[in-house]
Amino acid sequence: MHILVCGGTGCRASQAELISENLKTEIENRGLENEIKVVSTGCFGFCEKGPVVKVVPDDTFYTEVRPSDAKDIIEEHVIKGRPLKRLLYKNPKNENKVTSTAHIDFYKKQVRIALRNCGFIDPENVDEYIGRDGYAALGKILAEKSPEEVIAIIKDSELRGRGGGGFPTGLKWEITRNVENKEKYVVCNADEGDPGAFMDRSILEGDPHSVIEAMAICGFCIGADKGLVYIRAEYPLAIERLKIAIKQAREYGLLGDNILESGFKFDIELRYGAGAFFSGEETALIHSMEGFRGEPTFKPPFPSVSGYKGKPTNVNNVETFANIPVIINKGAEWFNAIGSEKSKGTKVFALAGKVNNVGLIEVPMGITLREIIFDIGGGIRGGKKFKAVQTGGPSGGCLTEKDLDIPIDYDNLIKAGSMMGSGGMIVLDEDDCMVSIAKFYLEFTLDESCGKCTPCRIGNKRLFEILEKITEGKGTEEDLERLRLLSNVIKDTSLCGLGQTSPNPILSTLDNFYDEYKAHVVDGKCPAGQCKSLLKYEIDSEACTGCTLCFRNCPVGAISGERKSPHYIDQSLCIKCGVCYDKCKFKAINIV
Amino acid sequence: MDKIKLTIDNKEVEVAKGTTILDAAKTIGVHIPTLCHMKLDDMGIENKPGGCRVCVVEVEGRRNLAPACVTEANNGMQVNTHNMRVINARRTVTELIISDHPFECLTCAKAGECELQDLAHAMGIREIHFEGEKSTYREDTSPAIIRDLDKCIMCRRCEMMCNEVQTVGVLSAINRGFNAVVSPAFEQNLDHSACTYCGQCVAVCPTGALTEVDHTPAVIRALSDPTKTVVVQTAPAVRAALGEEFGLEAGTLVTGKMAAALRRLGFDFVFDTDFAADLTIMEEGTELLDRLTRFLEGDKEVKLPMLTSCCPAWVKFFEHQFPDMKDIPSSAKSPQQMFGAIAKTYFADKQKIDRKDLVVVSIMPCVAKKYECGREEFAVDGNPDVDFALTTRELAALIKLSNIEFNALPDEDFDKPMGESTGAGVIFGTTGGVIEAAVRTAYELHTKKELPKINYTELRGMEGVREATIDFDGLPIRIGIAHGLGNARTLLEDIQSGKSHYHAIEIMSCPGGCIGGGGQPYHHSDSSILKKRQKAIYSEDERKTIRKSHENTYIIKLYEEFLEKPMSEKAHQLLHTSYFDRSTQFEQED
Repeated sequence: MHILVCGGTGCRASQAELISENLKTEIENRGLENEIKVVSTGCFGFCEKGPVVKVVPDDTFYTEVRPSDAKDIIEEHVIKGRPLKRLLYKNPKNENKVTSTAHIDFYKKQVRIALRNCGFIDPENVDEYIGRDGYAALGKILAEKSPEEVIAIIKDSELRGRGGGGFPTGLKWEITRNVENKEKYVVCNADEGDPGAFMDRSILEGDPHSVIEAMAICGFCIGADKGLVYIRAEYPLAIERLKIAIKQAREYGLLGDNILESGFKFDIELRYGAGAFFSGEETALIHSMEGFRGEPTFKPPFPSVSGYKGKPTNVNNVETFANIPVIINKGAEWFNAIGSEKSKGTKVFALAGKVNNVGLIEVPMGITLREIIFDIGGGIRGGKKFKAVQTGGPSGGCLTEKDLDIPIDYDNLIKAGSMMGSGGMIVLDEDDCMVSIAKFYLEFTLDESCGKCTPCRIGNKRLFEILEKITEGKGTEEDLERLRLLSNVIKDTSLCGLGQTSPNPILSTLDNFYDEYKAHVVDGKCPAGQCKSLLKYEIDSEACTGCTLCFRNCPVGAISGERKSPHYIDQSLCIKCGVCYDKCKFKAINIV
Repeated sequence: MDKIKLTIDNKEVEVAKGTTILDAAKTIGVHIPTLCHMKLDDMGIENKPGGCRVCVVEVEGRRNLAPACVTEANNGMQVNTHNMRVINARRTVTELIISDHPFECLTCAKAGECELQDLAHAMGIREIHFEGEKSTYREDTSPAIIRDLDKCIMCRRCEMMCNEVQTVGVLSAINRGFNAVVSPAFEQNLDHSACTYCGQCVAVCPTGALTEVDHTPAVIRALSDPTKTVVVQTAPAVRAALGEEFGLEAGTLVTGKMAAALRRLGFDFVFDTDFAADLTIMEEGTELLDRLTRFLEGDKEVKLPMLTSCCPAWVKFFEHQFPDMKDIPSSAKSPQQMFGAIAKTYFADKQKIDRKDLVVVSIMPCVAKKYECGREEFAVDGNPDVDFALTTRELAALIKLSNIEFNALPDEDFDKPMGESTGAGVIFGTTGGVIEAAVRTAYELHTKKELPKINYTELRGMEGVREATIDFDGLPIRIGIAHGLGNARTLLEDIQSGKSHYHAIEIMSCPGGCIGGGGQPYHHSDSSILKKRQKAIYSEDERKTIRKSHENTYIIKLYEEFLEKPMSEKAHQLLHTSYFDRSTQFEQED
């Protein structure tokens, strides 16, 4: 029997390590250490209900486990042989307790390829990876295939880059292979930076060997003997697990001078990024690895021709790599049977925002947003109304009700005014102000722009200032026009993908929520009640009982009135903190 | 070479493969505006980060606009450089730059020379549709260069010059987004960095973000002080460039008009740094012969090759970057400082004035000279040998300020004795000139024979690193020449690794030598200007009746009356110096 405890960053933050420790202690106390193994795995994805613990082979899934629950789990589940009911997942629809993940809506529509091992194996143990067909793909190609044959498989699989661009992976490999040079590099882009996104981190934390294996396969195909993982230094756990995995792979002869005695030589080094978002752009990433300022340069030349140290370099994202070994093992037809017409396979998303089930999900391409949000995500939190979903991170856009049934793939999302991006997905409800959302994303871009080209450096600043003006109630209709004009120029003239896509959140909200913008500038109102400058708290003198609670809690002394008679808010003093609104027991305070 | 054909603004054009759209357009008279892009043709100097986005053009079939300066022209390409979309984008980008730029054009040191101003004018921008926060930074004043980063437009030209051409590595972009700016490490001031003050950043800055420290007010004050005797010296490269400031064709020699203007400005004595250049040759040439003779006699202690030391930026460069080699350069001071030392001793004595009442002003093509004249070792009891160094540009400003119609001035001569010079002194102004002047003298002193020829064309040119072997009557003297500090670095590293075996090396910090100095009229990326200035220098040399330093009668007289002989004790005291290890001077500011 195995007890799998999620060892992803999220669950660890909720004392998952202590849960493991306590479980081990309880097992040892009962002398069962030979019967039961406690395994710290990668992320299960169901972060909403973390920390999670799974018992196999009977597939019992426990959620929101605390370290003090260890004793009961062992006592009830292991000794008495019945599931510990109070820790089972409760189906929110019918309040029934669910034992297995197979019956949990969150997992039902997921298809796990890149995340196949996350939550199943101990990422610090190469044997467990090998036990699930790990390194079989590498072994197979070294023994049986030529680089051209492998590239043909990847091309046939129609795998496209998961970092956001969606460039055909096999074609990229082929281009790099065809550039003649003795020195080439394989680079894994692990500089994940979209707000709220943690797909790559979870893969590296939960299944580092899959990336290592894929990089070696890539090295074999393009003719490189060196791989580099560019990973942000803020991912300490992923770094640690990668280091352990590289070491184990070397010990097993899966990396090194003579891999599996085939004569193929390949090794991997880590390069740390300082957490600059724009260093995820491949030319900027390469400059950063070379020790220069991480900023993009004009393409061509593409890295495939002139990359790291001026040598042909194949840059792929973590998730892209994680798909490779499975494709080799199961074949291109198996892979391209999954997904939509132009986008094959699956995509990992970090589902966040106002949904019931936030977490990491992997879904087949072609699934609808409705299925993701309402089935997997369990609908909108607190029974509120769905308003929009932001995909593609700060480069993406907001999609609305009308887009919910579009099959998600690279092309459809772009057509709908957003993009796939690396997999950030933030769900918004009726309480979210779309102007503020656009401002939030733009502020992120502003902070993360490298400052090299004018439109991104100054243009985005000006866009942000206009949005600020609007949310402060000082905007005009002319500003809305200017927002659109400037956004279009920034898209048209920026140097790299960051700038070319940075106005997308503005353009898509302008397209879909123009009335909301207009309400800000024409009526001076924020329909979602988020923009403080546009709010006014007023006391309904009929409803006010003169209890003085608001008077006593107002931090700036803006409220006056006699006991037992209606109170009054001095608008010139009010800072719109909302304390009075929250404190009032008689619903006498209105937001107008 | 492979040719390709494309269409630009409905005109077909054939260019070599690899040509950018920008260059292809030029061949048919289409001048796409640029801002960050800068190229000095034939000198291997190019800045093309593709960052400003002013040069965007529409390429049919391409999703977004293409920057013409970095986009290669392709066969069959259809390019439009001025349709609605392009003009709107270009103007918006320009407006954005201006929206983050101080509106100080009336008082800006760069007014009239500013490339952003020119661009705004050319685009017909009459209104800025974007307002908002402007970046502000503290001003950084060093002994030679002022950085006013509020005016920085992130073209990165300075950074390219500092890192790639000069390999000094002081300037680099820091911070992100709107706060990105070019700065020394840790936002330190220039004078806390390894900056050499070569001024090449100033020479290429399109705006007023980088300018020289203005010494003209101090000079006006000195000229107005009746208790002061004010003498002026003018460096050789100034006369080949000053005319440009008054609308004359590049390469017009204005030696006579310059002397006349200086006299009208009120200088009591109008002298010439060329005189001191001749003096430098006497000292440096003698030092070279001395080292050479000792070397040939088997002296193991003697250091060869000898490197020239006329250039203050070069001196500061090796003090920072190659401190272990600081005993290799000649100990001879630069001509500017030799002039100051002689003026404040020999000349002051002759005039019977106290050195404190004598003000020495130099007109230099250089901003590093401002730093050099302030070096502590070049002062006596706190009184500097050279009080103020003005750039060519500052002199032009002073002439304009004083209502002098420069082009109408008659040609006048320099005053005696320190205005007398030879053709050897003049060629100090260009790369290869110092070593050619040294050869002319060292040959005759060494061989005791007359030079077989006077023009050593093998030492001339514009290539960054050059070498030649000069036959000293049977003794082959191997000479290396580098201009641009990056090229100097290459030569130094070759010496360090034992790869090179030169006897003498001439180094000038600025591309082209002093004619391309940081204090010269702005070349605005036109390298033909530098070539014309170089030509002018050699024609001035040709015009001189005496062309060897050791034949300068006033130099001979100076030795007879005062210095005795080259490298005498007195000469050592006044005309030679020593260098310092500055490798550790990177302390953190408080």
